[in-house]
Parts: sequence; structure tokens; C-alpha cells
Amino acid sequence: MTSTPNATGDVTPDAPTGASSETETEYHRLGEDIRDTAAPSGPIERRWDDRMFGARLVNPANRRKIKVLVVGTGLAGASAAATLGEAGYQVETFCYQDSPRRAHSIAAQGGINAAKNYRNDGDSIYRLFYDTVKGGDFRARESNVYRLAQVSVNIIDQCVAQGVPFAREYGGLLDNRSFGGVQVSRTFYARGQTGQQLLIGAYQALERQIAAGTVTMNTRHEMLELILVPDAEGVERARGIVVRDMVTGEIESHTADAVVLATGGYGNVFFLSTNAMGSNTTATWRAHKKGAYFANPCYTQIHPTCIPVSGDYQSKLTLMSESLRNDGRIWVPKNKEDAEKDPRDIAEDDRDYYLERIYPSFGNLVPRDIASRAAKYQCDDGKGVGPGGLGVYLDFADAIERLGRPAVEAKYGNLFDMYARITGEDPYERPMRIYPAVHYVMGGLWVDYDLQTNITGLFCAGEANFSDHGANRLGASALMQGLADGYFVLPNTLADYLAGSPFEKIADDHPAVLEARQAVEERLQKMLAINGTRTVDSIHKELGQIMWEYCGMERSEEGLTKAIGLIRELQNEFWTNVKVTGTNEELNQTLERAGRVADFLELGELMCIDALNRRESCGGHFRAESQTEDGEALRHDDEFAYVSAWEHPAEVGGKPILHKEPLEYEYVEMKARSYK
Amino acid sequence: MKITVNVWRQQDAESKGSMVPYVLDEVSEHMSFLEMLDVLNEQLTLEGNDPVAFDSDCREGICGTCGVVINGIPHGPEVTTTCQLHMRTFKDGDVIDIEPWRAGSFPVIKDLVVDRGAFDRIIQAGGYISAPTGSAVEANNIPVPKADADHAFEAATCISCGACVAACPNGSAMLFTAAKITHLGLLPQGQPERDSRVLGMVEQHDAEGFGGCTNIGECTAACPKGIPLDTISRLNRDLLGALSRQTIG
Ligand SMILES: Cc1cc2nc3c(=O)[nH]c(=O)nc-3n(C[C@H](O)[C@H](O)[C@H](O)COP(=O)(O)OP(=O)(O)OC[C@H]3O[C@@H](n4cnc5c(N)ncnc54)[C@H](O)[C@@H]3O)c2cc1C
Ligand code: SF4
Ligand code: FES
Repeated sequence: MTSTPNATGDVTPDAPTGASSETETEYHRLGEDIRDTAAPSGPIERRWDDRMFGARLVNPANRRKIKVLVVGTGLAGASAAATLGEAGYQVETFCYQDSPRRAHSIAAQGGINAAKNYRNDGDSIYRLFYDTVKGGDFRARESNVYRLAQVSVNIIDQCVAQGVPFAREYGGLLDNRSFGGVQVSRTFYARGQTGQQLLIGAYQALERQIAAGTVTMNTRHEMLELILVPDAEGVERARGIVVRDMVTGEIESHTADAVVLATGGYGNVFFLSTNAMGSNTTATWRAHKKGAYFANPCYTQIHPTCIPVSGDYQSKLTLMSESLRNDGRIWVPKNKEDAEKDPRDIAEDDRDYYLERIYPSFGNLVPRDIASRAAKYQCDDGKGVGPGGLGVYLDFADAIERLGRPAVEAKYGNLFDMYARITGEDPYERPMRIYPAVHYVMGGLWVDYDLQTNITGLFCAGEANFSDHGANRLGASALMQGLADGYFVLPNTLADYLAGSPFEKIADDHPAVLEARQAVEERLQKMLAINGTRTVDSIHKELGQIMWEYCGMERSEEGLTKAIGLIRELQNEFWTNVKVTGTNEELNQTLERAGRVADFLELGELMCIDALNRRESCGGHFRAESQTEDGEALRHDDEFAYVSAWEHPAEVGGKPILHKEPLEYEYVEMKARSYK
Repeated sequence: MKITVNVWRQQDAESKGSMVPYVLDEVSEHMSFLEMLDVLNEQLTLEGNDPVAFDSDCREGICGTCGVVINGIPHGPEVTTTCQLHMRTFKDGDVIDIEPWRAGSFPVIKDLVVDRGAFDRIIQAGGYISAPTGSAVEANNIPVPKADADHAFEAATCISCGACVAACPNGSAMLFTAAKITHLGLLPQGQPERDSRVLGMVEQHDAEGFGGCTNIGECTAACPKGIPLDTISRLNRDLLGALSRQTIG
């Protein structure tokens, strides 16, 4: 495909040339296209109002007879559960930590976007919508994104009312900053701990409902299976889950009128990521295997400013705020021989400030994916620094000279301290070393406009769904999406579904319940019985290396094909040679991890298949075969302007089935990104 | 470097526990403390032994999940969380004692894992502002003086780890409780429920079996987030005020 630059310097792809797609490849089959049947039409700014008005309501007196299970109590799950509890439903919640306040949302640093336009700098709901669609590289739905931008303003009001201590100006009003390469200041923040403060707000609202008796919380409970029961018309509905009590090992079933999954992202498929140790795909993957479509699994966000790996014992990676790139200069030695030298001994002329050189107008502030890939190329070239040659310098010497050390300290002091604590090096004296790391996944369970999956009665919210970010997420937009889903979207759309309930009660000995429980028990026993020679972590690490190498920052047909083969071998290795000590009837952290890794092994394969199918570069997905002459990502809108929604094959060993949901852009014109 | 760890092993809440020594021959100074335990667990697993159970999640010092007593000090010799402690703090040949939080209100579940559910129940007893979704006014209609907002934020950075309780000779959770009272009590939104909050939370604190505060200050010294002792003075003032209003009312 060719591209034609237009007057603004953006590049407009030429008209579609007609889609070509095979119905079956070596790795997948093609299913029917899908459409989001819940999405309203009409003017975009009216769609959400129309949907809410069209939604059926549930009589307040009936609500306490209706039960909803919410799995996951991070920002998305806690906000949804609290709000549903306030509305009077019977809610039961689950999380794997010992308290809902420890969900991974707690680690978000930078901030949360909202189109308040408090700065009078030209922001608006429309601009936030526009930036998000464009940032997502035209792979997100317009209707969803517009709604997200609309409710963003309510989120800030809600959080302030709960007592979230956002940063304020001297006049006592809320402060904002600009974040993630946008030109307006629309990010609300609480020092470097925005996620923590937002989660504590949602957590307190949740605890209030627990005290009120509307919500029952189950901590240290992990969901291991979904229960589907056909209704009188034969429609399979999500009616419950099977969980394991992580303290006693007891397998429990819980049934209800609807199930919400808000279980977070699956970045730990790479083993090393900025996610929490326990972040997993088990809940979403189990739902997928029961029929829920998994959408865009290959869309991964890799963050450029993380602290590099220091050794093979490394258990996770730590993100440092991207704001560091405002004043730090990124470089590598020009000569490979200098890579081992003390950076302070490398002369100015022997340094390559490669981002400033390649992208003179954006320099060190190019978007996350570009900065990440550029660092990879330098290291591939042998110019990387630090352990394993996997690092580039982020240098503040100029900033310290220009602004003075106190100013740099005031701005970045806590980040510098964190770096010093982890690496044992003083970043005021010696340039920092940074390297990209997996940070966020845009993919997740497919949901319609109502956040309902293709399984009736199964809803999905937060990072666990695929809904709003397309192929790439803008900074400070995940917190916004989680809370939009939980406080404002789900409580309305779920009500529409629940208006048809209460459904027939499901007995504990219903065949579907027994079958699900049995499947869980057998799987646990199977893992415990293998008693092989490989530890769970060693297999997880190996999977991570395969994913990082072949399905990381740059993907190619050759690499992905190879990865699929390697992952299949590793799946086999797991099920024949893993060693899980102990029993089920106790707190058994090895068993917990084994179950998660078994699911990651299957998800990793699907991610590679998805990446292989998408023969274009877009957002967080870069295919080596699809780039411009000067190495920039090249989208193919004629062929790939669709959501890939994957159906799990019914037969063991069958090929996954790809359903395409075509994407149409009525409001924002599809353009190619250009940062040169 | 070579490190010997004496680890508290306890099969479950009912069993008796004991300290068990393990030797690690190749500990890198760049490892985090928990990565050192990961390495120990890999070793134990390969030998067919039960690995040491310990809690952690974010490993960034923010979720509050981790926390063990290291050589008698909650979170160890540096003022930080266990997950942010690195082995460069120790030297070749060191012997390190590792125990769970010791407090009656935090029963041991297994090895180094304890049950901190009491903290959630203290929050349930009033550690919130009642603001049902949808009822909020426009955010900037509630200006908050910057100094109050900053102080509220500092108190709100408590990560609910429980080190304060583990450090306190009385096993008191006053610092944790006071941090929440301070966070919400400094904000205009928190005023309507100020009395009921402090009464409810302190009552629950006592009901959970946490001890009283006698101003020893070990809690603040162990707190990885530097929650100051004056939050407890604020709690006491609020409590006295609320009690007197309750009597009058
Ligand atoms: C280091 C870091 C910094 C970030 N900074 C920002 C930022 O500045 N701005 C921004 O907008 N976004 C940021 N993000 C992204 C954002 O934090 C997450 O996308 C978001 O918080 C996810 O929220 P969630 O509610 O969907 O999931 P989570 O908060 O991950 O919650 C998942 C919940 O599901 C539960 N759970 C998981 N699996 C199971 C299971 N099998 N059974 C039972 N329960 C289960 C967990 O216990 C937990 O309660 C950051 C992410 C990271 C890693
Ligand atoms: S007050 Fe400090 S020590 Fe106590 S729980 Fe909070 S953060 Fe931990
Ligand atoms: S593991 Fe989260 S604070 Fe240590």
C-alpha cells in the first residue's frame, strides 16, 4: 500500500484496495464477522444518553432479590461492586489478595485524565475522544471512546466527593498536568500515587457497602472456572463461578443472576513486567475457554522508562514515570567498545543521542512505542549498556547544569531515590540506565457497548476487557477507563440485563455446577501429581523469554511461527515435567502459580497467532514486514480495520476461530501517525 | 555472598512453629530481599521440600502486601517495605532471622503469612466518606486549602502493611487508625461523619484486640511511609470531642 502526505504533514493512507482474507491458515480458521449489537447509532454525543434511556430499569424493591458476582476488586471491580451495592443489589466480590485495597491498580503513578478543561486550554470531551481514538491508532470503537470521554468528568467529581486527595493549587482548586504527549493539561494526580489514592477511594466505598450488608467480600479467593447454565430457551447464561479458598484449598461454587469479571491485565504472560506478581489471566482465560471471545490479545504496551533487569533472579520490573523524559536525555555510546566504560568517561562526541538525532522535532518525547523500539534497536546493535547490554542511558547532567540540582531534586527526587534504592547507583552522579518493559495490555475479553461479553450475563470491565484503547493506550487513561466502567457504565447496562431477572435459582448440585467443580478439582490434582523436575517459575521464565523475543517490541512472521512451536513444546513440558509441591488442602503458593502459568502458556500461543494474523503495524503491535522506508509503523486500514475476536475451538487441539468486528470511523478521519 | 537465613516455619494456624536455618551460597547484592527468598524457594522446591510461604504482590512498596520481621525489626533495618529492601544492606556471612508479624490480632496463616483482615474491618466501621455514586457535586465546588490537602494526602499514603502493629509493644493499631482519621478529617467532605467515624473505628480497633497506645513511638519508627505520631494526637482530640458531644447529645 502507498501513502500520500497531506497538507498538515500527516499521512493519509490511500483508499482501501479490497480485503483479502483466507478462510483457513495453518493456525486459525475464519468465523463470521460480528457486530456490536448494543451500540446505538445517531449523533455520537447522544448515544450514551440514548442507551441509558433505552435501558430497562429494575424496581428498587426487587434489587435485593437479585445477585451479582464481581470477580476482582481493583478500580473497575471495587467501583462497580460499591455502586451496585448502593443501588441495593446483593453483591458478592472476590479477590486473590488479602484485601481489596491491594489490587494492582494501587501501583499506578502518573494520573487520571478527564475533560474538565479547568485550564481553559482548549480541552473538551470531543478533544479527549479525538486524542484517544488517534492514540489508539484507529483500532478502537468511536462510540465507546466518546462515552469514556463524557463520563471522565463525573469520575473526578465522584472521587473528590469520596475524599481522594488530588493535588491542588494554592487557591485550593484542583491542579492538572499534561501527560503522555498531549498538548492540553487534563491529567489529575495525587503526587506519584494516583492509583493508590483512587483505589483507596473505591475501596472505602466498597467497605462501606460491606458494612451495610449489601456486599459480601471474599478475599484470598481465586476464580478458577465459570459456570454456564442454559435457560428455558436454551441460551447459555453465565450463572456462577468456581473459586478456590487460597487458605484452606476448599473448592467453592457461587451462583448468581450475572457475573462481572474485573480481573485486570495479563502482562505477566511475559514473566517480567511492571504488573504485580499475582496479576493473571486465569479468570478471563477460563471464561474464554467456556466460549467468551478474546479480543486483540496481541496488543501490548511496552513502556520505555523502566529500570533494566539486573540478573536472572529478577522477579519483576519497576516503572519510572515517563515525566523523566521531559528533562533527561537518552543516549548510547557511538562505539560498541565504549559500552562497558564508565559513562562519564565517554566524550560528548562519542555519544549518540539517537532520539534527538532521528526525531528532531519530538526528540526524547516521542510516544512510548517509538522510544521503546528505538532503544531495542540500539541494544540489538550491540550499543546497549549495563548487565547483558540491555539498557540505554537517561542522562540528567545537562538538566542539573541548566536548572541546578535543587530544581531537579524537587521535580524528580522521589524517582531518583527509587532508582538509587533498586540499583545502588546515584543518578545525580551517573546517568540512569533504562530499558523498556511490558506495562499494559490493550487486549482482553471482547465486550459490546454494554460491556457484556458474547456470553449472555457475563460482563467484563477494566483492563480485563478490550474496549476503549484500540491498539495503544494513552497515559493516564487506564484509571479513567476502569472507573468509567465501574462507577458509571456497568451499573446502567447491567441493570438493563438484570431487569429480566431474578432467573431461576441454581441449586448447588445442578449438573453444570458439579461439572465445573469437578473440572477444577481434576486440574488441580493433575498438576500436583506430575511431580517432575522443573519449577513453575523456570517454565514461566522460559515462556516470558519466548514472548519477549518474538512477540515483544517487534514481531515477524518467522519469529512468531517459531514462537508458536516453542510454546507448544513448553506446554507439553509443563504438563509432563512441572513440580508442584504440597497439597491442595493448604495455603499453597506454588499451586496458585502453576494454575496461572498453565493459562499463560495457552494465552501466549493465542497472542502469537493474533500477531501473526495482523500483518500490519499499529499502536503497540509492530510487524517487521510492515514499515515505511524509514522504519515507521505502517497500518493497513483496507485490510485490518477490525477487532480480532477469537473464539476458542470446541475440539481439543483445534484451531482458534477468528471473528472480525469491522471498525468504522464517522467522526475522526483515519490518518497515519508521524513524529518525524 | 553467602547468607544464612533462619526462617519461621509454621504449617498452619493451629500448628506450632519453629525457626529453621537455610544456607544460600550465591546471593547477589543486587537482589531484593524477596528475590533472595524466591531463590531459596526454587532451591527448596527442587529438593522436594515445601517452599516458604510469604506474601507479596506489587514489589514496589505500594500495595502493602509484603512484610516480615527481619532481625527483630518489621521490614528490616532500612525504613522501607520488605520488598524494597535489597541484599546490599547485608554482607557476606550474615545470619538473618525472618519471622512473621507478631501480634495477637494478626494470626499466622502459614509460615510468614498472617491474617490482617482486622484492618479492613476497622475501615468498615467508619473509614470512609458516604458519597454514593452519582451524588457528587462539581469537583471544584469544594476548594480545599493546599496545606490541608497535602497533609490529608500524606496521611492517606498509609499502605496498611501492619508494621506499626508488629513494632508496638502493646500491639496497637493506633497509627493505622489515626492515619485514616487524619486523611478524612482534614477534608471538608469528611466533616459530617467526623464524630461517628472516630467512635466507630476506635471501637472496632479495640474489639479486634489491638492494644492501647501509650505513646512509645515504635510504630512511626517502623512505618515505611513515615506516618507521623501527631496523627494519633489528632485522633485523640477527635475522640474526646466526639465523646463529649455524644454525652451532651
Ligand atoms: C506500574 C504501573 C503504573 C501505571 N500507571 C498508570 C497511570 O498513571 N495512569 C493510568 O491511567 N494507568 C496506569 N497504569 C495502568 C492501570 O493501573 C491499570 O490498567 C488499572 O489499574 C487496572 O485496573 P483493574 O481494576 O482493571 O485491574 P486490577 O487493579 O489489576 O485489579 C484486578 C483485580 O482482580 C483480582 N483478580 C485477578 N485475578 C483473579 C482471579 N483469578 N480470581 C479472583 N480475583 C482475581 C485481583 O485480586 C484484583 O482485585 C499503570 C500500570 C502499572 C503496572
Ligand atoms: S501506618 Fe505505616 S506501618 Fe502502619 S499500616 Fe500504615 S503504612 Fe504500615
Ligand atoms: S509487595 Fe507491595 S508493598 Fe511490598
